[in-house]
Amino acid sequence: MRIPCPHCGERDVQEFSYLGDAGVVRPEGSDASIAAMHDYVHLRDNPAGPHRELWYHAAGCHAWLVVTRDTRTHAILSAESARAAGLARRVAVGAGEA
Amino acid sequence: MALGRPAAALRNGVTTTGLRPLAPTPMQTHRLASGGFVDRSRPLPFVFDGRAMTGLAGDTLASALLANGVRLVGRSFKYHRPRGILSAGSEEPNALVELRAGARREPNTRATGIELFDGLVAESQNRWPSLHFDMLAINAWFSPFIKAGFYYKTFMWPASLWENLYEPLIRRAAGLGRAAGEEDPDHYEKAFAFCDVLVVGSGPAGLAAALAAGRGGARVILCEEDFALGGRLLSERKEVDGVEGHVWAARAVAELQSMPEVRILPRSTVFGAYDHGTYGAVERVADHLSVPPGHLPRQRGWRIVAKRCVLASGAIERPMVFAGNDLPGVMLAGAVRSYLNRFAVAPGRRAVVYTSGDDGWRTLVDLARAGVEVAALVDTRPAVDESLIALARSHDVRTVLGAEVLRARGFQSLAAVEIGASDGRIERIACDLLAMSNGWNPALHLTAHLGGRPRWDDSLAAFVPGTVPSGMAVAGAAAGKLALAEALADGVRLGSEAAAACGFAGPAIPVAAETERTGSAPLWRAPKRGANKAFVDLQNDVTVADVALAHREGFRAVEHLKRYTTLGMATDQGKTSNLPGLAIMAALSGRTIPEVGATVFRPPYTPVAIGALAGHHRGKDFRPTRRSPVHAWAQARGAVFVEAGLWLRQQYFPRAGERDWLETVKREVATVRGGVGLCDVSTLGKIDIQGADAAEFLERVYVNGWKSLAIGRARYGLMLREDGFVLDDGTTSRLGEEHFVMTTTTASAAKVMQHLEFCRQVLWPELDVQMTPVTEQWAQLAVAGPRSREALRAVVDNAHDLSNEAFPYLAAGEVTVGGGVPARLFRISFSGELAYELAVPASFGEAAAEAIMAAGAPFGIAPYGTEALSAMRIEKGHVAGNELNGQTTARDLGLGGMMSTKKDFVGRLMAKRSALVDPDRPMLAGFRPVRLSDRLRAGAHFLPLGAPASAEHDEGHMTSAAFSPTLGSWIGLGLIRRGAERVGERVRALDPVRGGDVEVEICSPVFVDPAGERLRG
Repeated sequence: MRIPCPHCGERDVQEFSYLGDAGVVRPEGSDASIAAMHDYVHLRDNPAGPHRELWYHAAGCHAWLVVTRDTRTHAILSAESARAAGLARRVAVGAGEA
Repeated sequence: MALGRPAAALRNGVTTTGLRPLAPTPMQTHRLASGGFVDRSRPLPFVFDGRAMTGLAGDTLASALLANGVRLVGRSFKYHRPRGILSAGSEEPNALVELRAGARREPNTRATGIELFDGLVAESQNRWPSLHFDMLAINAWFSPFIKAGFYYKTFMWPASLWENLYEPLIRRAAGLGRAAGEEDPDHYEKAFAFCDVLVVGSGPAGLAAALAAGRGGARVILCEEDFALGGRLLSERKEVDGVEGHVWAARAVAELQSMPEVRILPRSTVFGAYDHGTYGAVERVADHLSVPPGHLPRQRGWRIVAKRCVLASGAIERPMVFAGNDLPGVMLAGAVRSYLNRFAVAPGRRAVVYTSGDDGWRTLVDLARAGVEVAALVDTRPAVDESLIALARSHDVRTVLGAEVLRARGFQSLAAVEIGASDGRIERIACDLLAMSNGWNPALHLTAHLGGRPRWDDSLAAFVPGTVPSGMAVAGAAAGKLALAEALADGVRLGSEAAAACGFAGPAIPVAAETERTGSAPLWRAPKRGANKAFVDLQNDVTVADVALAHREGFRAVEHLKRYTTLGMATDQGKTSNLPGLAIMAALSGRTIPEVGATVFRPPYTPVAIGALAGHHRGKDFRPTRRSPVHAWAQARGAVFVEAGLWLRQQYFPRAGERDWLETVKREVATVRGGVGLCDVSTLGKIDIQGADAAEFLERVYVNGWKSLAIGRARYGLMLREDGFVLDDGTTSRLGEEHFVMTTTTASAAKVMQHLEFCRQVLWPELDVQMTPVTEQWAQLAVAGPRSREALRAVVDNAHDLSNEAFPYLAAGEVTVGGGVPARLFRISFSGELAYELAVPASFGEAAAEAIMAAGAPFGIAPYGTEALSAMRIEKGHVAGNELNGQTTARDLGLGGMMSTKKDFVGRLMAKRSALVDPDRPMLAGFRPVRLSDRLRAGAHFLPLGAPASAEHDEGHMTSAAFSPTLGSWIGLGLIRRGAERVGERVRALDPVRGGDVEVEICSPVFVDPAGERLRG
């Protein structure tokens, strides 16, 4: 596979390590429940189709990426910085609360 | 010249294997007087089964054997039947040999793919004692008992006999070649290439595609598995653009060679298609030399990334299935034409051509032209075009239409065929060559490697590419376009389209070739007679009877048929056998071939040596070796090194007169506890962490608090995974308000870095914090022992006060050493003594080590290694890798109290899970042998005294053990149920692996200086 790193360009999959679903959100704060944390740590969907997932460019720029990959074909639909995606999500959540 | 030597040896009558030739050198009795692409001025001596022979440059081993009149080349896998040469390409199922000798011996090598070289040595395989007299050919008599599935039926009981009896027997009787059994003396390499257009195959379609793409300016890589470029143009007598096909091919190659952006890789098989335009190829760089020159790898494994690929891999001819179709002398018609036209070899003297299509008829012309008598042409079709009849008549060849070959006869080689005419009459025709053709299968394997399913084409009666990988186009015969003119047009079109897709539009110049007839009506019927001698899969000895048995027993699905009969599972992967097998199953079960379906093609297309995939990554080069910045210094001091992950660490520093490592370690520990020692700790992971939120970040990744840590202080920290288990530990120091330097264990440095980056980028992107791994930027030296302050005083510049008041335990700060060299000093201790760690820029490491040794000399300083370090940390009850094993919690390690209740941190919630706070969990404790002379070993399991040694009585295990020079006995750390509560209790430490069975007493894990007075002194 070839993954288009937003910092380094298209690179061979050997440079990356895989983590999994990018959709799960860590329950933050002292009032988070064990049940919610259990779901965050252990429960994952196994979709056939586009999947947003985390990859780490270990032998490259050390960026965590959110890669959208079709699990049936390995087609890569997008790759973006996980940090930028996380910040954008927080802005969106903040706007929703306001 | 190394290459000249074997030739000289042969002239003296001695082969390179040291054997005397069994017979005098035969003549090339079957070599044609003229023609072909062999160099008659360059004879090449070679040895087959101890017989010296001569071939020509341009030969394969197969063509050279045929030229010498050798037809019997090997024995078959199961029945030890005599076998010859079926094909002229990589699809060969029969002619497998052991190539070369000694450490370079390579089993199961296809003679049709071996480029002849001077001094080549090959042996036939699977025969004993000799090829012509094979004892195990008796297997053929027992064939009714060893048909499909016989392993499963015969050798089921008793199971204990499998390993000792059945398997060795089967392996000896039914086998292929022998592996070398010695280390491969040659080297291999990996190479990477990127291009716009990859063209696979240099036949007419491939050359046309490469030319079209290259003329547009695209970066083109053209891979050809053969050593000669041109594909079937070298084997057929056809015209292209008004000249002979091979002339056109040579001109095309010359033009491609003149293009700077085109790279031609002959002897290179593209064996696999992978995701996103990645292709695997193996280049046989030096397989055509007797010994690779020192500067060349034997083979090169390529990883080619291509924006577009034109697959022009051609087609593979299909054999006919009839009794005796495995006899030497029964060949594919296209292969016969290859031997005649390309290699100038007559594979027989009197031939019968047996075909079900127009294509086979050209064989009679080529045979007649070469002077081979053609006894008859048998076509299964009742009627053919008048022009074909006229062609045969013009060469005075008798034609038999609507007939079948019922049986091939002969002892070790073909002697005659029996023809069954449509009216039922049977006629016997003497011949030593049968050229058979049952149509062609597109070599579409690469289209299916990513899950693409081939599609059945009724008009071609063959599978053709269905869905193909993104970016791939299939040209010519590989796409089912068997006529030359079509293949050329296809290549031109797809080559220019591929280049245009990469931004290189060029002229699509058409190439002209004559039209030809490609009509065919393949014969799929299973023969009624001699089904157990009618071979479908020649390499695995699968007969029509086996397929019929699979049908009767219900193994009718294509994947079941394959596994039950082993059809298509040999090293040729069924290139010539899969379709006949499917067709016979279809006929037996009343289905069509596409209804039966096709098995899945997977890489590699042809066998690939592991060496070519490994490249230089073997032996000590399998992984990189990391050396500390003071490695050379330690080596000069006589260090013994130990592998720790990728690192080479200093294990101990033996002195003359010391009898064993234990004596050395005892001395080193005594030196540290009594004076001062120096230990290289550079391999510990070091991460520089900076930013306004650096302290907040550490709060979240460590279980303990960090905001309160003052500048200039160090603190021990413990990290959990999110699931509540311990990830790593280490000391982190605050060098400034927004600047920390973290240490990790040696083994986990990369893992911790990845975890921290995950926390920073994914969990908390809003935090203002940055981190950089700096492990290799610093040499870090531990100076430990009651005299360490005095020793360091002479190294650290005088401006820095090292007194206990000014620089107390857990102080950390930036200093200068040796007159202005920037350094960092940490007052931390793993040994439990007064101790420091001094970090200097890596390039100053050796100078710093020497300076410390000189400064410590008056106090008897000595370097110490990881063994002494480990003994002292066990004496102090410090946990290390053996305890941080991914299955322990902070509480298990007696560190539960460190977990803050005032903040959130990674792993906080999950560490509270009931199973992780179960009081019955094994917890850290110390262990002492009751009898002081007993030795303790890590790995021993704890059992209550008197309890049987069974799993239900297991209470935990010893994680670390060492001889404590301080206590004068062995001591250990371990995890035992309710450990902390059981101090004083005695248990049994059983080590069944090494035979240890010791009574031990549970004690505090801190054996030395439990109050910690020494390290604060």
